[in-house]
Amino acid sequence: MRFGGLTAVDKLNFNVQKGTIHGLIGPNGAGKTTTFNMISGFYRPTEGEIVLRDESIAGLQMHEVAHRGVVRTFQHSTLFAEMSVLENVLVGTHMEFRPSIWSALSGRDAQQRRGAEAKAQEALDFFGLLGFQHNLAGDLPHGHQRALGMAVALACRPDIMLLDEPFTGMNPEETKHMMKLMGRLRDSGVTVLLVEHDMFAIMGLCDTITCMSFGKFLAEGGPKEIRNHPDVIQAYLGGARHVA
Amino acid sequence: MILIAVALVVLPHGLSFSQQEILVYLVINILLVVSYRLMTLTGEWSLGHVVIMGVGAYTSALLTKRLGFYVPVSMIMGALMAAFVAFLLSFPLFRMKGFYFLIGSFASAEIIRLLWKRFREPFGGPKGLKRIDGLPNIDIGPIHIDFFEPTAYYYFALIVVLVCLWVLWRIEKSLVGLTFHAVHWQDKLAQASGVDVRRYRTLAFVLASGFAGLSGALLAHYIGTINPNSFDVEVMVFVLTWAIVGGTSTFYGPILGCIVLTILNEIVLRELGFEQMRPLIYGAIMIVSILFMPDGLESLVKRALARWKSAPPPPNQPEEAKP
Repeated sequence: MRFGGLTAVDKLNFNVQKGTIHGLIGPNGAGKTTTFNMISGFYRPTEGEIVLRDESIAGLQMHEVAHRGVVRTFQHSTLFAEMSVLENVLVGTHMEFRPSIWSALSGRDAQQRRGAEAKAQEALDFFGLLGFQHNLAGDLPHGHQRALGMAVALACRPDIMLLDEPFTGMNPEETKHMMKLMGRLRDSGVTVLLVEHDMFAIMGLCDTITCMSFGKFLAEGGPKEIRNHPDVIQAYLGGARHVA
Repeated sequence: MILIAVALVVLPHGLSFSQQEILVYLVINILLVVSYRLMTLTGEWSLGHVVIMGVGAYTSALLTKRLGFYVPVSMIMGALMAAFVAFLLSFPLFRMKGFYFLIGSFASAEIIRLLWKRFREPFGGPKGLKRIDGLPNIDIGPIHIDFFEPTAYYYFALIVVLVCLWVLWRIEKSLVGLTFHAVHWQDKLAQASGVDVRRYRTLAFVLASGFAGLSGALLAHYIGTINPNSFDVEVMVFVLTWAIVGGTSTFYGPILGCIVLTILNEIVLRELGFEQMRPLIYGAIMIVSILFMPDGLESLVKRALARWKSAPPPPNQPEEAKP
């Protein structure tokens, strides 16, 4: 992926196994979010392939990628702040409950709406937000907003969830709770790919970790391998002689 | 509800002839401004809405004049044509967002308007179309309805507009409307949830344009003459002013703005003899309302409703405060 003369992500290659939690780490500016943006269709890669179930999805639009079961969340609290919590998650049910003008006019959408709301409440319940469903999303505390972003994604019933720094702004308690929930997500068959700076969460959660630095692939492996990998230590802490 | 219905039925009988005419325009304009609001739900503000209304008016007028269509049918055709033109325009226009869309919509609308001006055949050039057929009279036995009468046309327009408002309201309250809001507030997140943002923008634009076209057709068959200047930017500024002064966050906001400003415009200003200064005063009203009432007239209603709800009269002495 190049932006003009700047090569942001270069010759990165990794596989995500179905049913695992896969972490993507690296120092600031390593190109993690750019990678996410390419996978989710927010950017069109200038070169290279993204393959999902033997189908190339590089260059598809974000909603087309979503229809193939890959749903992402955003950094910071990207939510419909002016809408209620329930309405936020209702947007997430868009793919399952296709809105139509005709059913809205004939009144047939009442049943559809009930179904959508039930699904939305299920997703809210999973993240413990059911009690807030009538609040404005913008009024929620930060940690809850992050959880709501994931609830919206979960309501899309994804096969793969791309989580961009989900633990930012959470206190250790919330982080621990969220880690538990993600474990449950994986057990229910959702594949999770996450970008995160919180090493405690990454090490405790991920089955596989890919580390990148300055847009290039650096190392891959389980938490233990990555923790002791000399290249990773060098990328984070500087030259090897300081470490030694 | 019933009170409002009775008021709407009785209303024209208490008014003078010229006021009845204004009432007809008011009803048509309400449809125009509410359809405009549907468009703004997705966050895009267009400056071409009035010209799209004109597309409906011209289409309907030409179909009856040249091809002898039955007027109600030609009105529907006018609405469909306006929607179709909007669909075509959506391809270049929705490559843009926000301010760029605003300018783009203005430019493309001006092109359409200048085409009407340039081509005497079939559009009648700068003088426009004259002697457009009205609604045919209804003569069934003792019932005789002449639609040149403003009162009769008022009832006709009122029914059409109420049906349209109901349709627009249902759309807004449905999941489709929710998706429009979603596209407005966070198009990225909406798209990540599988919403085809471009498609929903187009849908809102086409729907709004269809209803605008219908309002244009209603207008054309009432006043009987239209020309390119009936749909110029000045009229668009009126629509914008209604929407902004009324507020666009609720369904009734633009209606409120339209009614209040029409009363102010037609009755107060005309009586006082400020005819020439009306655009100036309209501009001033818009600026003042943006400065001091940024959420529009609807915010006053909301506040009043909230106060009324939060402080219900105590159950035992409910009548005390009232005179």
